[in-house]
Amino acid sequence: MKAIRILSRNIRDSFKSVFRNFSLSLASISCITITLIVVAISMVLSLNVNRFTELVEKDVTIVAFLDLETNDVEINDISQKLKGLNNVESVKFKSKQSISEDMMASSETFKNIMSEWSEAESPIQDTFQVKVKDIKLIGKTADEIKAIEKVDVVKYGEGMVEELVSIFDIVRRASFIAVVALIVVTAFLIINTIKITIFSRKREIEIMRLVGASNLNIKIPFIIEGLILGVLGSIIPIIATCYGYTAIYDKLGGKLFSDLIKMIKPAPFIYFISLVLLIIGMIVGMFGSLRAVKKYLKI
Amino acid sequence: MDLIALQNVRKQYKTGVVAIHDLSLNIEKGDFVFVIGSTGCGKSTLIKMLYREEKPTKGKIIVGGIDVAKLRNSKVYKLRRKIGVVFQDYKLLNKSTAYENVAFALEVLGLPKDEIHDKVIKALELVGLKNKAKQYPLNLSGGEQQRVAIARAIVNGPKLLICDEPTGNLDENTSLEIMSVLEEINKLGTTIIMVTHDTTIVKKYKKRTILLDSGRILKDYKKGTYGNESNKNTK
Ligand SMILES: Nc1ncnc2c1ncn2[C@@H]1O[C@H](COP(=O)(O)OP(=O)(O)OP(=O)(O)O)[C@@H](O)[C@H]1O
Ligand SMILES: [Mg+2]
Repeated sequence: MKAIRILSRNIRDSFKSVFRNFSLSLASISCITITLIVVAISMVLSLNVNRFTELVEKDVTIVAFLDLETNDVEINDISQKLKGLNNVESVKFKSKQSISEDMMASSETFKNIMSEWSEAESPIQDTFQVKVKDIKLIGKTADEIKAIEKVDVVKYGEGMVEELVSIFDIVRRASFIAVVALIVVTAFLIINTIKITIFSRKREIEIMRLVGASNLNIKIPFIIEGLILGVLGSIIPIIATCYGYTAIYDKLGGKLFSDLIKMIKPAPFIYFISLVLLIIGMIVGMFGSLRAVKKYLKI
Repeated sequence: MDLIALQNVRKQYKTGVVAIHDLSLNIEKGDFVFVIGSTGCGKSTLIKMLYREEKPTKGKIIVGGIDVAKLRNSKVYKLRRKIGVVFQDYKLLNKSTAYENVAFALEVLGLPKDEIHDKVIKALELVGLKNKAKQYPLNLSGGEQQRVAIARAIVNGPKLLICDEPTGNLDENTSLEIMSVLEEINKLGTTIIMVTHDTTIVKKYKKRTILLDSGRILKDYKKGTYGNESNKNTK
C-alpha cells in the first residue's frame, strides 16, 4: 500500500518534472531519438543481410558433372570421395536419366529434341549436387572436387557468391559495431544531459535526504523519469522504422538484385524492431539517470 | 534521560582540518540548548555529525538510541526520520507552495493523503502560517519562509530539532518570532539544539549554552547562567 502510494506519487512527479524541465528533457529525448534511428537502420540492415547470407548459403550448390562414360562403381567411389571432403555438407546424385526426364517434363521443345537421342548420343552427364558448410571456402572445395578423377566440369556461382557473402559479412560487422558504439555514446550523452537536469534538482534531493527518504526512494523518481525520456525518445524511431521499412519493402517488391535475395517481411519484423528500440530506449534512459543521480546520494 | 550522547568525538576533514577535538557531551530529552562560538569553531560540524551529514573520525555518538557513528549510509534515512533540521537559508522548493513544501517531507515517506493533509495543516498552524499555505516561498518574507522550513522539520513529529543559525538572515523582531515558535515546539516535548551567533537571543532566552572554541567545549553554561556571567566579565 505504502509502496504503491510512493510509486504513484513518483510517476506523477516524474511526468511533471519531464515537462517542467522541458528544454532539458528535449535534449535527452533528441539524443535518444537520433541514436535509436541509427540503431534501427543498423538493425534492419544487419538482420536482412543475415538473412541474405542464409538464403544464399542454402541455395548455393556445387554441381559436379561426371565424364560421360562413368560406371556405377566409379560413381559410388566419387560419392565416397565427395563425402570425405572437409567442407562438404551433403551430396546428392542425379543420374542422366533423371535429368533428362526432368528436362523433358519441363518443356515441350526439350521433349521433342531429346526423345530423338539414343542413350549413347545423349550429351547429358551424370551429376553430383554438393552443398557446402562454409560458403566462404566454396572456391577451394570446388577445386578439390575438380581434382577427383572422372569429374569433368565443376560449376557454382564462381566469384560472385564469395564476394556477395563477404560483403554481407562486412555490412553485418560494421552495423554491429555502429550499434554498440552508438549505444555507448548515447548513454554518456544522456548521463550528461540528465546530470544537468538533476543539478537543477540538487536541492530537492538534498531535502529528500534530509527528511528521511531512503536512497531507493530518492532514486525511483529519477529512474522513472529516465524511463519516460527513453519511451518518448523511441517514438519517432519506431514510427520511422514501421513506415520506412514497409515503404522500402513495397518499393523493392521484397527483394534485392535478384529473386534469390529476399527481404524480411515487414510483419512481424517491424514490431520486433520496435520492441527492441523501446527496450533500448528505456534501459539507456534509466541507467543514464541512475548514473547521474548516484553522485548526489553518497554521504 | 539523555537523548544525545557524544564520547571523545573527533572530526578531521579530508583536507586535514580538525574541526572537533575529543569532544564529549550529553543532552537531555526535552532540553533546549544553544551552541555558540566564533566562526569556524566547529558548530556546524558538531551538529552535522548528529544528523549524520558528516561522520566522526573517532568517538561514539548516540542519538535517540541510534549509534550514529556506526550507521551505514543506506540506513541514514532511519535517523533522519527522527530528526528535523532547519538552516539559515531555509532550503525550500521555490516552485512549490508552503503547503507542498511541508507535505513533501511526508510524501517521500509514503504517508496517505488524508494523514498528510492533517499533519501539514497542524504544523502550519503551529508556526502561524495556516493562512499562507497556498503561497509560494518567494512571495513570503524571510521569517515566514523560515517558519515554513520549521513546519517541514517538525511535521513528522521528530524527537530532535536541529537549527543551524535559523535567525541568521532575519532582523531582530523576526528572530524573536522564530524563537517563540521554537519555544512552543520545545514545550510540546521536542528537544532543540540551536546554533547561533546572536548573543542577544542567547541572553534573553536563558537556556543551557555550549560555547565552542577551536573544536573544543570552552564552557558549558547551565540553564540561565550565560547572561549572568557575561554581565560580569564582558566576555
Ligand atoms: N566539508 C568540509 N571540508 C573541509 N573542511 C571543512 C568542511 N566543513 C567545515 N570545514 C572546516 O572545519 C572548521 C569548522 O567549520 P564549521 O562549519 O563547523 O564552523 P562553524 O562553527 O559552523 O562556523 P560558522 O559560524 O562560520 O558557520 C572550519 O575550519 C572549516 O573550514
Ligand atoms: Mg556554521
